[in-house]
Amino acid sequence: MKQWEVVIGIETHAQLQTRSKIFSGSSTAFGAEPNVQANAVDLALPGVLPVLNRGAVECAIRFGLAVEGEVAPKSVFARKNYFYPDLPKGYQISQYELPVVVGGKLTITLGEGDAAVEKTINLTRAHLEEDAGKSLHEDFHGKSGIDLNRAGTPLLEIVTEPDMRSSAEAVAYARALHALVRWIGICDGNMQEGSFRCDANVSVRPVGQQEFGTRREIKNLNSFRFMQQAIDYEVSWQINEIEEGRAIQQATVLFDPDTGETRSMRTKEDAHDYRYFPDPDLLPLMIDRDWVARTRADMPELPTAKKQRFVADFGLSAYDATTLTASLDIAGYYEAAVAVAGKGAAKPCANWVMVDLAARLNKDGLDIASSPVSAAQLGGLVARIADNTISNNIAKKVFEALWAGEGQSADEIIEKQGLKQITDTGAIEKLIDEVLAANAAMVAEFKAGKEKAFNALVGQAMKATKGKANPQQVNELLRKKLAGA
Amino acid sequence: MIERSLKSLAAALAGKEISSVELTQTYLDRIARLNPDINAYITVAPEKSLAQAKAADARIAAGQTTALTGIPLAQKDIFCAQGWRTTCGSKMLDNFVSPYDATVIERLNTAGAVILGKTNMDEFAMGSSNETSYFGAVKNPWDRDRVSGGSSGGSAAAVAARLAPAATATDTGGSIRQPAALCGLTGLKPTYGVVSRYGMIAYASSLDQGGPMARSAEDCALLLDAMAGFDPRDSTSLERPADDYLRDLERPLAGLRIGLPKEFFGEGCDAAVMASIEAAIAEYRKLGAETVEVSLPNMKLSVPAYYVIAPAEASSNLSRYDGVRYGYRAPEYADLNDMYAKTRAQGFGDEVKRRILIGTYVLSHGYYDAYYLQAQRIRRLIADDFRTAFKQCDVIMGPTSPTTAFKLGEKIDDPVQMYLFDIFTLGVNLAGLPGMSVPCGLVDGLPVGLQLIGDYFSEARLLNVAHRYQQATDWHLRRPAGLD
Repeated sequence: MKQWEVVIGIETHAQLQTRSKIFSGSSTAFGAEPNVQANAVDLALPGVLPVLNRGAVECAIRFGLAVEGEVAPKSVFARKNYFYPDLPKGYQISQYELPVVVGGKLTITLGEGDAAVEKTINLTRAHLEEDAGKSLHEDFHGKSGIDLNRAGTPLLEIVTEPDMRSSAEAVAYARALHALVRWIGICDGNMQEGSFRCDANVSVRPVGQQEFGTRREIKNLNSFRFMQQAIDYEVSWQINEIEEGRAIQQATVLFDPDTGETRSMRTKEDAHDYRYFPDPDLLPLMIDRDWVARTRADMPELPTAKKQRFVADFGLSAYDATTLTASLDIAGYYEAAVAVAGKGAAKPCANWVMVDLAARLNKDGLDIASSPVSAAQLGGLVARIADNTISNNIAKKVFEALWAGEGQSADEIIEKQGLKQITDTGAIEKLIDEVLAANAAMVAEFKAGKEKAFNALVGQAMKATKGKANPQQVNELLRKKLAGA
Repeated sequence: MIERSLKSLAAALAGKEISSVELTQTYLDRIARLNPDINAYITVAPEKSLAQAKAADARIAAGQTTALTGIPLAQKDIFCAQGWRTTCGSKMLDNFVSPYDATVIERLNTAGAVILGKTNMDEFAMGSSNETSYFGAVKNPWDRDRVSGGSSGGSAAAVAARLAPAATATDTGGSIRQPAALCGLTGLKPTYGVVSRYGMIAYASSLDQGGPMARSAEDCALLLDAMAGFDPRDSTSLERPADDYLRDLERPLAGLRIGLPKEFFGEGCDAAVMASIEAAIAEYRKLGAETVEVSLPNMKLSVPAYYVIAPAEASSNLSRYDGVRYGYRAPEYADLNDMYAKTRAQGFGDEVKRRILIGTYVLSHGYYDAYYLQAQRIRRLIADDFRTAFKQCDVIMGPTSPTTAFKLGEKIDDPVQMYLFDIFTLGVNLAGLPGMSVPCGLVDGLPVGLQLIGDYFSEARLLNVAHRYQQATDWHLRRPAGLD
């Protein structure tokens, strides 16, 4: 049986987070009544002209810098001509021969923990273009409605080289890209609202063959799960076709989540001739080095750099560093917590953010940006663990109290609820004496060699102080006492 | 009153010799009487015009006037004007009432000018004789069996027939200069980017340019002052300080270097027309100008280059007329594609369809390099020719059109002959230069136009050169007979 290699390239349409449209002043807010956010330019009334929104260009520059691509000093808007009712001008303003970003790369991580491997996905280009409106086929009794609110929304189309070799790689790439565009603040990444849509170009070839197989393009994948399912189905379909002796025809296909299958929408024969040509209504887009430099200065530290710094400066493991740089919000929260707790407490801060906070947020279905416990509060809490004011167990109580809003800071709650750890040796010795006196049976068991009894005695001592005694001191003093008794 | 210059009308209005309402009514009466035959206007709306005139009179009474306050003007029906039917000469937009003002309209409204009506034009500005208009051909007031020229034939006929003191027009390949020549008027096509294209319905975006059409250079200067200026809504509008187009009008012409391209003075131009041109140049020599022979070797390529680039852009610009959102929609259709096909087949005339087909073809996969890119290369060569010529001279002169106005119906069935009629004007648009046409004679009772071409942004100089000639001659004061 032949071995097959899968080849995948991804095209992503990321809606840019500008307040107004790419060539008009209309709002880009989602969810308004149909056509209320469509002005004369969006409606393509006779005589109107496009004016480029520099905010959209700014987004493209940010992206180019983030993926280490070349931000083109000169790029050109071109018209892509085709008729469709939700395309008001009868052409889409896009970029064709000269895109705004050339090249670039994105590193993806495959597998988890120690088995994780990295792979670089090369980008071909990224270009600016306008979105079309929407055709509404329901509720109009055999007719179609047109909503032009979305028409003219700025998009960045990001195109990869055919570098991915499995659906898992494709999904890893899509996830990494999704995280990056949100990280640099150019796209909200809302896949349900269509802010981030992927097309996958899929082909297969016998392992060892140089030439690519004929590709089919799966359009409009709007979730990572569907992407995986669609590619897996498409791959097995293509292999089956070839093995049955049928050649693959270049085609555009749609994925049906209900059946889990892909089906052909149009083949190469009925592909459009888009008659691209430079848009004479817009001057070439010139981006000078100053603009790039200003944008660079305004960029957040990128995830890769931040990850490396977390490892180098905070001594985190690569895995922890990756988890804490999953989004700008998480990384920002973590760094703010460390800033309060102190660099020495960076590791416990990481654990608190990744484990305790994550679990609590998950329980209430919240994201970190809306956490009731602020980064400063969590940092203050971790600081009190680090300086032995409270134990880890008490800290969990304090955390719950902070979550419930019972105080402004860990210190306030510790003070108010008297949770300060008992570290006075005399006080602990006195306590241990009481525990030993009250638990003669356990002492006897311990002396008979039952190590378990020691833990029970520790438990009794902790219980007597409502957990406030320093556990380490309790351990040490108890050993000493038992040895001497 | 109808023979007076804009400046003199402004003085009459300011001096309360006449009110704007009276002046506007005078023209509306003439339009009612003469337009049914001449067909210069597609739309007149007296109540709208008179309301504007009334507002202008109030401004005049309050002493808040500009050079154009209260002056009625004809607007080419290519400019969107809020509340006005704006057809662009097409059945496709027969029912379109614009909800917004073109920048040119907005500027003229702000200046206090009155819109007399919307003038006839070749459909979507595609034509050289005004015979492609859905609203019928315009008759040349000098001879009503002849064409008024195109595409701004309605504006030209309106001014020539004294149905307006001046008009706006647009020029993509000669559409201001050629009808001005054929109707005995002065017209100016500015440097590309000087007048905003916002709200000016696009034919060929990289060539289209609005400008004034009037009886004299001085009137054109006044009008251009109000029309021109940077517009942030047009990305191809030039961001430069506002020019004063009146500043150089009186400058003496001594030492002016006139370039005479040998390609303008060879074959292809009617002998009597050429004699008028030669006489005009002799007049300029008398005024102190020198002449020098220059060459525009690629001029003959301007026709093929233009008829690739303009249709290419038009094929895309006119895609928005699809029957979906506004304008004409075929009454019956089977499905979406049928709706598109029938709407566009029924809504567009033959010449528009011809150019959409040519444009679609030259942009198609496999033909783009051979046609569109090649035409762009020729365009650069033509611009280079002018650049070279302007090293030797200040202004280029020659005929605007090879003949005087031809007969209605004479060329309409022969597109190539019609296209070749624009041989002297197309290069100016391809290069983006300013150009004028100035009346310089009559041949068999029909006007001849002298074309002046200047370097980029030399509008003030061109107007000066035209104005001094008009002070020395009276061709621009001649008027067609039988208009009273």
